[in-house]
Amino acid sequence: MNPILRARQVNIYYGDKRAVRDIDLDIAPNTVNALIGPSGCGKTTFLRALNRMHDLTPGARVEGTITLDGEDIYGDVDPVSIRRRIGMVFQKPNPFPTMTVLDNVVAGLKLAGIRDRGTLLEVAERSLRQAALWDEVKDRLNTPATGLSGGQQQRLCIARALSVEPEILLMDEPTSALDPQSTARIEDLMSDLKKDVTIIIVTHNMHQAARVSDTTSFFLIGDLVEHGPTDQIFTNPRDERTESYVTGRFG
Amino acid sequence: MTTTLRHADRIATSRGARRIRNVVASVLIGLGTLVVLVPLFLIFWYLLSRGLGAIDLDFFTRSPAPPGEAGGGLLNAIVGTFMLLIIASLIGVTIGIGGGIFLAEFPRHRLVPLVRLVSDVLSGIPAIVLGLVAYGLIVVTTRQFSAWAGGVALGLLMIPIVVRTTEEVLKLVPTSVREAGLSLGLPQWRVTLSIVLPAATSGIVTGVMLAVARVAGEAAPLLFTALGNNLLNLDPSKPVSALPLSIYVFATSAYPEQQRLAIAGALVLILIIFVASLVARVATRRR
Ligand SMILES: Nc1ncnc2c1ncn2[C@@H]1O[C@H](COP(=O)(O)OP(=O)(O)OP(=O)(O)O)[C@@H](O)[C@H]1O
Ligand SMILES: [Mg+2]
Repeated sequence: MNPILRARQVNIYYGDKRAVRDIDLDIAPNTVNALIGPSGCGKTTFLRALNRMHDLTPGARVEGTITLDGEDIYGDVDPVSIRRRIGMVFQKPNPFPTMTVLDNVVAGLKLAGIRDRGTLLEVAERSLRQAALWDEVKDRLNTPATGLSGGQQQRLCIARALSVEPEILLMDEPTSALDPQSTARIEDLMSDLKKDVTIIIVTHNMHQAARVSDTTSFFLIGDLVEHGPTDQIFTNPRDERTESYVTGRFG
Repeated sequence: MTTTLRHADRIATSRGARRIRNVVASVLIGLGTLVVLVPLFLIFWYLLSRGLGAIDLDFFTRSPAPPGEAGGGLLNAIVGTFMLLIIASLIGVTIGIGGGIFLAEFPRHRLVPLVRLVSDVLSGIPAIVLGLVAYGLIVVTTRQFSAWAGGVALGLLMIPIVVRTTEEVLKLVPTSVREAGLSLGLPQWRVTLSIVLPAATSGIVTGVMLAVARVAGEAAPLLFTALGNNLLNLDPSKPVSALPLSIYVFATSAYPEQQRLAIAGALVLILIIFVASLVARVATRRR
């Protein structure tokens, strides 16, 4: 199957410092793909390159090519149109501070001009249910989002990313602040979403990577050491560094 | 066991020293506060004791009586001040907020250094020189002193203040919030207008009020722009009076009646600024 996302010789710099080196990676549509590796190895850096989030970071530079359905996302395209197709859940929850819970969830639609209240409420309920948050917030949809707990805010951000129905969803440690039940619900969500969405998830949780992902990529100090089917990475890695990491001997 | 005991001892002895340091610090802070507040109270006391008696209904409803005659008020100057502040805000707030947004939200734009330079230079120009600029731009070309000219002079004065505070409060909004907006596929202008600006509203309003308060007391740039007017005037293309102008003229007058008006005018000017800041604060308080 043709990859939906393809990275070729991707190098990412912060100033003069190269944080990610010569990454080649193909992502097939309708799969869940895990990025694993020790802290600081460049997972977030690589993920952010996939929807041009580095455009905002002063000094950050992306080299190489990344194509979405064959189109170079750093070529002659509007980054807005790329981000409309590639959504993102960030490592730290970042709700819109002045908005209510409801306005947060539907901000992507509302600010794009969709005003119909029925539609917005429908989307809000669907997204919040998917993010396993509906029951906790259904009675406080019109209270400030900043009043939610950290874990609730993170699920709110997941719901917000889902509301605009992206084709690809980038998730940077989406469950690191969540309790086991919510984590399980989010993991179920990923499997459910797979029929419509391609997911790339950064995780430090080996069990999570093994449970939810179809492919796994192991990063180490800016290098993509090994990429392959999750089964193979966890049971029969080709690189000994991968083996010692997934078996918990370092990292 | 002994080490823990010794540790406890140390805490006990240091507690006394800490208490003394605490008292000393509190006293110093208290003194500092006093030093800051005393001049403020002295000014208020001076104006209240001398100006309060001069404020009556006439003060707000009539223009100054001819020199030497009793009665009269500063209606012309109060109305003029409001007119000038509205015109100045139209210029200073729109350009100032626009400039602040540009500097904070488009830091990589190639015009940023130029805009920053213009704003910095503008903030360093003495008010009276900005009055000259408005004189050259408007009074000379229209052959007429006017509220427009005075408003432009004050507006120029407001721009750099509003630019700076707007830029600063916008930078306090975390980048992660902007990223969240962009990651939803929203264009940057939309993120700025609907997500970043609302998060900074109260700070921006504070900055605007600061700028208004700053220019409300200016007399110098009005001398050869708004000129002053002893009669009530509602036409912005004609000369108007302003409270600082009336204060300036009447405070040095030989007539006690006019000196009274000057003091009362100063009191009213301060009260207007005070009330305006208060209203702005309350209106933008976080719900
Ligand atoms: N904005 C930045 N400016 C400069 N260096 C950065 C910046 N962001 C990240 N880095 C550096 O780039 C490297 C990779 O960071 P990155 O955030 O991608 O790691 P990560 O794999 O996501 O780690 P973690 O698991 O802790 O989230 C690190 O050495 C980090 O210090
Ligand atoms: Mg990270």
